[in-house]
Amino acid sequence: MSDLNFIEMSAVEIAAGVRSGEFSAVEVVTAHLDQIDKHEGDVRSFVTQMGERALDGAKAVDERRSRGEELGALAGVPVALKDNMAYRGVETTCSSKILKGWIPPYTATVIERLEAAGAIAIGKTNLDEFAMGSSTENSAFFSTRNPIDLNRVPGGSSGGSAASVAARFAPIAIGSDTGGSIRQPASLCGVVGVKPTYGLVSRYGLIAFASSLDQIGPFARSVDDASLVLDVISGHDGRDSTSLAERSYSHQPIDNDVKGLRVGVITEMLDGLSSDVENALNLAIDALRALGAQVEEVSVPAAKFGLTAYYLIAPAEASSNLARFDGVRYGVRVEGKDMNETYELTRGQGFGPEVKRRIMLGTYALSAGYYDALYGKAQKVRTLIANDFDNAYDRFDVLISATSPTVAFEFNAKSDPLSMYMSDVCTIPSNLAGHPAMSVPFAGGEGGLPIGIQVLAPSFGEGVMFKVASALEAAANYKAIPEWDNKGK
Amino acid sequence: MSLEDKYLITVGLEVHTELRTKTKLFCGCANEFGAEPNTNICPVCLGLPGSLPVVNRRAVEYAMRIGTALNCEIKHSVFHRKNYFYPDMPKDYQVTQYDEPTCVNGYVELPITGKIVNIVRAHIEEDTGKSTHIGTSGRITGADYSLVDYNRSGIPLVEIVSAPDMVSGEEAREYVSELRSILVATGATDGKMEEGSLRVDANVSVRPVGTEVLGTRCEIKNLNSLRSLVRAITYEARRQMEIVEEGGKVIQETRHWNEDLGKTSSLRSKEEAYDYRYFPEPDLSPLDPTAEEVEAIKAGLGTLPPKRRAILVELLDGTPTKSEIEQIQTAINFGLDELVLAGIDRKIPAKLSLARCANEVAGLISNLGDSYILPNEKILEVLAKESAGELTPTQSKVVLSRVVADGDVEVTALISELGFVAASSGEMDQLVEEIIAESPSEWERFVSGEDQLAGFFVGKAMKKSGGKANGKLVSKSLNDRRSQLQG
Repeated sequence: MSDLNFIEMSAVEIAAGVRSGEFSAVEVVTAHLDQIDKHEGDVRSFVTQMGERALDGAKAVDERRSRGEELGALAGVPVALKDNMAYRGVETTCSSKILKGWIPPYTATVIERLEAAGAIAIGKTNLDEFAMGSSTENSAFFSTRNPIDLNRVPGGSSGGSAASVAARFAPIAIGSDTGGSIRQPASLCGVVGVKPTYGLVSRYGLIAFASSLDQIGPFARSVDDASLVLDVISGHDGRDSTSLAERSYSHQPIDNDVKGLRVGVITEMLDGLSSDVENALNLAIDALRALGAQVEEVSVPAAKFGLTAYYLIAPAEASSNLARFDGVRYGVRVEGKDMNETYELTRGQGFGPEVKRRIMLGTYALSAGYYDALYGKAQKVRTLIANDFDNAYDRFDVLISATSPTVAFEFNAKSDPLSMYMSDVCTIPSNLAGHPAMSVPFAGGEGGLPIGIQVLAPSFGEGVMFKVASALEAAANYKAIPEWDNKGK
Repeated sequence: MSLEDKYLITVGLEVHTELRTKTKLFCGCANEFGAEPNTNICPVCLGLPGSLPVVNRRAVEYAMRIGTALNCEIKHSVFHRKNYFYPDMPKDYQVTQYDEPTCVNGYVELPITGKIVNIVRAHIEEDTGKSTHIGTSGRITGADYSLVDYNRSGIPLVEIVSAPDMVSGEEAREYVSELRSILVATGATDGKMEEGSLRVDANVSVRPVGTEVLGTRCEIKNLNSLRSLVRAITYEARRQMEIVEEGGKVIQETRHWNEDLGKTSSLRSKEEAYDYRYFPEPDLSPLDPTAEEVEAIKAGLGTLPPKRRAILVELLDGTPTKSEIEQIQTAINFGLDELVLAGIDRKIPAKLSLARCANEVAGLISNLGDSYILPNEKILEVLAKESAGELTPTQSKVVLSRVVADGDVEVTALISELGFVAASSGEMDQLVEEIIAESPSEWERFVSGEDQLAGFFVGKAMKKSGGKANGKLVSKSLNDRRSQLQG
């Protein structure tokens, strides 16, 4: 065994090393499995660990290399997968009791693409049940802890994926983002998280929460790695009608020269920030200015209605998407005296309180007599938000804001649903507009906890978004370190 | 005065037709009838978590064909989700079209009465699976258990909604019959009611004669044949008339037709009706056919039943009788109008070939399989012989039935095998000579002008030949001989 520190390596470094034969995929995967053995008991990122499969996968990569076959862009790179994506033969739960024991007969497109590029799935990560939440406390199984401070939440809903990357269980992870579910946990765990343009990444195999908002994206510990993963998973998929034809993202070495770039700071996202987050945002503005960017405040007026519109549209779609969990064909069934009672008992016992709350909200929003005033109006707001963003992008190349109004909070700190919903106030508008946005770790806040800056761009503006994020990353001089490594120092 | 004279009936129909695509509406599973249960299924048509629909372009094309054939406008359209829980609907919502359907504002002209029935819309939707409820009730309520076959789940349907333009069960039958022949002619569907590829729901209401406002309607489900359609509408209208006559109020509800009892019964009332919570299907993009695509559909349709009917009507000198109109309709439904047209070229009168096609051939081919190819040439040969008087109508029908059942037989050989002797002239001459020889005095009187004796000789010829002689040819032969003698 080499004395290389695999768990601190980037995906780019690992893939290069495996391809060149400097080290093996088995060595890489073994190192990460060891790290999981050491710290998963504290963090609890995974609903399902896939250690054996991962080692088999790593051996297969090494054998391909020894046969002289070409290896992909992510050869030997461990990846953690949010447990709301179907993986043939592996239990897929959405962290819900209602899907406990369900083993899909097919695999999500994104996972197929990752594996085709040589990535090694090492586990299915915990989430807020059906991706509904901002702390991963809504998992029906257990809460995931933030590796930077184990007394705090990792954010959510992709909390398990964000934590697994922060904990060095994998250099990269995959999440899904419906209203901030990649970016907010990325910010709270001190990693990079990207929500791509809607339609850039196939949703086939992603268990839908809100179909018109859901988008799959990567977590990584560097902007460069995130860019590489997006390259692998993006591109048209004939199995997803909302996947855009002839669109894909292609990874290139990122030139982070932002001189002359026009950067707008969104006025509507300045309110309600905690003082450490506000300071971090100001530091980011200063840093970009110092690098020669033109930074100005810009108003995106309709963005302030984003949260309200989102909590009509997302639950409405969810109420329909989650209807199929009825106990008839798969997952949990609680037998009643007749069909209707079986439905009621199955769904009553299978779903947790937040999922039920949203199903009821959404059912109401679509009901006869309320549709126009609720769902219909929310869709109009959505158009306004997209228009207001477009106006801003007439004058600016990218926009920035804080990703989350606060650093990671403690468990049970937000028992009131509305205060939890406010965690996503800065991230939701991008989902409504369908635009790309990402969080890049930039500063340490209260107690050294990570603070992410959100970079927003117009549709297919991933290139310029990564450029600005990379500049912030370089200027940041901040690195989120797991609690156990901090204590050791 | 009977109840039926005191009330007017209003009927509107919703006709669901399965499209004859190779694959389902949103996935690549086979669209076939009668496969082993749950064999034509995949994650998409089972609604497994994470699966997504992709529209079958051919299904959209077929729907546009149907719309065009029904004189509809083809519009920009949007798929919606119709949400309700039922075990044979795997996603617990149905993907359908709601306020923006693909086809709107068409009409069908009824063949016999010439009445126009307006088409409000024709939209695309997916079929559900098929439930079988095991137990004495045969319905989900009270069933011991239920089985679900998802082979049908996701099969493409077009639902055609008529305006409430019909006034009786008979008119509804005429509409469905004409609609069916148009649908089959488009090639988009096989129109088989017995296999469920054409299913009808009827909305029925009654109101007193002389009033304008329509009465409260009931929707009748489970009408699987034209016979059920007529019976159910007639029954339901009568039921409503009796309620109103007794001072009661018809309750708006969905009713189930029980074919065995000949009655409708309540399924659910308006209060119990589902709130379907329609909203645009976020997993699919709207359909936006270009003007060129719509034109191409129109151009590819070929001649449709109304035009084909007009051609036949003209062949009958433009004044067909009611029964001839029905014959035309039958001929078109069975695609036999081409045979009638081909007969014209061989000097077979349209009246004759139409009658034989509608009354004999159509009845015969309903018993033959889909792949059976009708021996058109031989049918025309038989009709030509009948037209020339070589076969009597009775003989012709017998020969036709044999030819249709077995396209390989030789017509001439068949005729002599059947012993239709009069058809061949040698035997004919011999027969006539024999009967003349047997009755010399009657022959003398016939020759001298007693025409009525022709009947006597024909009767003798029939008796002698065991009924196989051709009466027409016998009298022709008798007349020929008399002319020669007088010559």
